[in-house]
Amino acid sequence: MASINEFVLGMWEFVLGPLAPITQHLIVTSMWIVVVMISVILTVAFTTYFERKVIGYMQGRIGPNRVGPLGLGQPFADVIKLLIKEVIIPQKSNRFLFVIAPLLSLIPALATWAVIPLSDTFVISNIDAGLLYVLALTSVSVYGVILAGWASNSKYAFLGAMRAAAQIVAYEIAMGFALVGVLMASGSLNLGEITRAQAGGFSHWFLLWLFPLFLVFFISGVAETHRAPFDVTEGESEIVAGFHVEYSGAAFVLFFLAEYANIILISALTSIFFFGGYASFFEGWTFLEGSILAWLMAPAFGWLALKTCFFIFVFFWLRATFPRYRYDQIMRLGWKVFIPVTIIWIAVEGVMVYLQIGPWSNLTG
Amino acid sequence: MDRVRSFIKTFLLWELWQGLSVTLRSFFLPKVTLNYPEEKAPQSVRFRGLHALRRYPNGEERCIACKLCEAVCPALAITIESEVGEDGTRRTTRYDIDLFKCIYCGFCEEACPVDAIVETRIHEYHMEAAGENIMTKDKLLAIGDKFEAMISADKAADASYK
Repeated sequence: MASINEFVLGMWEFVLGPLAPITQHLIVTSMWIVVVMISVILTVAFTTYFERKVIGYMQGRIGPNRVGPLGLGQPFADVIKLLIKEVIIPQKSNRFLFVIAPLLSLIPALATWAVIPLSDTFVISNIDAGLLYVLALTSVSVYGVILAGWASNSKYAFLGAMRAAAQIVAYEIAMGFALVGVLMASGSLNLGEITRAQAGGFSHWFLLWLFPLFLVFFISGVAETHRAPFDVTEGESEIVAGFHVEYSGAAFVLFFLAEYANIILISALTSIFFFGGYASFFEGWTFLEGSILAWLMAPAFGWLALKTCFFIFVFFWLRATFPRYRYDQIMRLGWKVFIPVTIIWIAVEGVMVYLQIGPWSNLTG
Repeated sequence: MDRVRSFIKTFLLWELWQGLSVTLRSFFLPKVTLNYPEEKAPQSVRFRGLHALRRYPNGEERCIACKLCEAVCPALAITIESEVGEDGTRRTTRYDIDLFKCIYCGFCEEACPVDAIVETRIHEYHMEAAGENIMTKDKLLAIGDKFEAMISADKAADASYK
């Protein structure tokens, strides 16, 4: 990060040179925030396209292919359509909460990217409590959902919001416990440190050693983002569209953005916690050294992007495969299966750490 | 033993993997989508689309105003008025088909003793103003004149099965 910042400062010397270092730092960081935000929003746009293509392919269809080459203009057509629609605010709603609710669900989803190490040199904010920050922000985003449901003053929206709240409470705990395992293995709350703890090749990734925790984390992530098969908050067959039933136009776009931004975020977090983040698949394949494929072994942003894309694909794969869970089954899975499984595996992991089994044994010594 | 096996299967997500493999396989299977305006599904010669009134090769109208089609029409979509023409034959003065009432059953075509009213294989048409759903005699004859070649070819192809 520091070296990239110096490079940028060097490029813009003639503008930034005379300013105080703190101002320089503020300007450069703000610039990076804008860059990352725009990238995330663009990724969201193409994620919607990707979803429709993947689900189409799995259902024997070809998905959108009308707007632009290969239908790549589809997300923009969708966004323009939604933006030129009227935003209807229900008369008996709480106007203020109704308007800020979409923002409350979108902002945490974007803000979390501040601590994600995108490559070995680049992270906007390298803070030591990164994991806590991530957990805190993912929990805050449910406020948007609950407020939207309550402020709409609609039965369906309210029911959707209640379901969302119950689901988040159940799965946040399982998710937190799964991350306790990651924390034990890496010995740090800093997301960059967690990634570095997995350096040294495929066998050092936490995936192998924390496999049950990986499953729990990812499935909880699907539940946290209210995606199929845990999308009872939307449940179109019984409560129409759930918490955002009263939203239209630009306000709906924000919810849409938030949902997909959360999918990307959970995918990126899964890659970082269990799949070594920006680490290469081929790290430690010594026979590649010196060949033209040597660059494959280096950690790079591309690896994180690739892993994230894979998990986004898994999200849509799950959606194309499984019917919606019944509400009581969701509660049962969260409270009576995931939480015990994580607790047991944390105990197992404790034993492994004590006996110095696993790639993290050097951390405790 | 069965309970142990089912317990293990539950934790290995065995059935979920089976389901996922089905969708993953169909991900790579050929797609059945037809890119409609560019690609079209094959059509039978018996296709029942937009109606037409036909003429004999000498230009004389086939329709003799027997009103069998009007009688057989289950949706009451056909309205016929007739009188004796200058040459002493019975001719229709009005032959309206309401396309909003029509259910495209083809009974009119089957009832017609002179093959005057037919349903063509045209199915891509639309209305832009109120009242355009009423196909008048002039419009029906115009369609018949325009597509006579296609209509007679379709009838000939299907004749041996009737």
